[in-house]
Amino acid sequence: MTVKVTINGDRRELPAGATVASVVASLPNAPEGRGVAVAIEGEVVPRAQWAVVELRDGANVEVVAAVQGG
Amino acid sequence: MTAVAPFTIAGRELRSRLILGTGGFTNHDVLAAALQASGAELCTVALRRLGGERGPNHAGSILDVLDHAGVEVLPNTAGCYTARDAIITAQLAREAFGTDWIKLEVIGDDRTLLPDAVELVAAAEALVDDGFVVLPYTTDDPILARRLEDVGCAAVMPLGSPIGSGMGIRNPYNISIVVERAGVPVILDAGVGTASDAAFAIELGCDGVLCASAISRAHDPVAMANAIRLAVQAGRLARGAGRIPRRRYAEASTPDEGLPVFDSASQ
Repeated sequence: MTVKVTINGDRRELPAGATVASVVASLPNAPEGRGVAVAIEGEVVPRAQWAVVELRDGANVEVVAAVQGG
Repeated sequence: MTAVAPFTIAGRELRSRLILGTGGFTNHDVLAAALQASGAELCTVALRRLGGERGPNHAGSILDVLDHAGVEVLPNTAGCYTARDAIITAQLAREAFGTDWIKLEVIGDDRTLLPDAVELVAAAEALVDDGFVVLPYTTDDPILARRLEDVGCAAVMPLGSPIGSGMGIRNPYNISIVVERAGVPVILDAGVGTASDAAFAIELGCDGVLCASAISRAHDPVAMANAIRLAVQAGRLARGAGRIPRRRYAEASTPDEGLPVFDSASQ
């Protein structure tokens, strides 16, 4: 069983039950969670829930981190 | 009034009237040195996709630089075109950085980077309701500044001229009116090209100045950070000292009285 999701604009197929935490850890240059935030369908997923929130089929996930700017 | 008198935004006392934008620095070493030279206590950062080609290369390390410098993070919503995107970005920033302060930017197009007034006010109102301390990047329109204050913004940040243009303060009369009418701190945001622009902003009565490109893209960013820090202090002193009124004709500073006369016929 897999789920098809979009992560930062890239379509990916993940094992069913994949969590937000596993997605964040899979990205290049992933820091240890500091300065990182995640939204699914425009709703922020609090860090405390990353390990338990599983991605549903068709989910649009944005994972962002701090950069220079402004 | 002294050059170092602190001011307050939403109950937080700031000793430095210069807020540093971190955009445009070639590397973190230059940023760190410029930060120190600027004396800034507050520093903007942005959020971008993790893992993208143009995303954070050494994610987290910008925060390490800011931590090491002892400055606090002011996240922004740069690049947002709609209230909805700006609101979500602010919420992501609150989660990522653990601060409810947000420099709110909602732009109208990518060529001018001018604020979209309608979306800006909508986003500001929603974010204030959500508990954010909102510092909106706005135009130099005094009415829009008042609208932003009315919805609960903690400061207003009018532009002197477009972001990164280095054109200084194009409408000092409007900035003066914003200052005269504002009940919240006014931070000049955008347009500063060099130290004199920053001094001018403070002379006009702005409480602070936010600079990014003027420092980060200067030939010598560290020297410019130092120059703008001093300019802000000079502007503050000058504002307190009170400039003389402008006149169309000269007014001699040397007295006429006792002027010797060398022509005996006119005695």
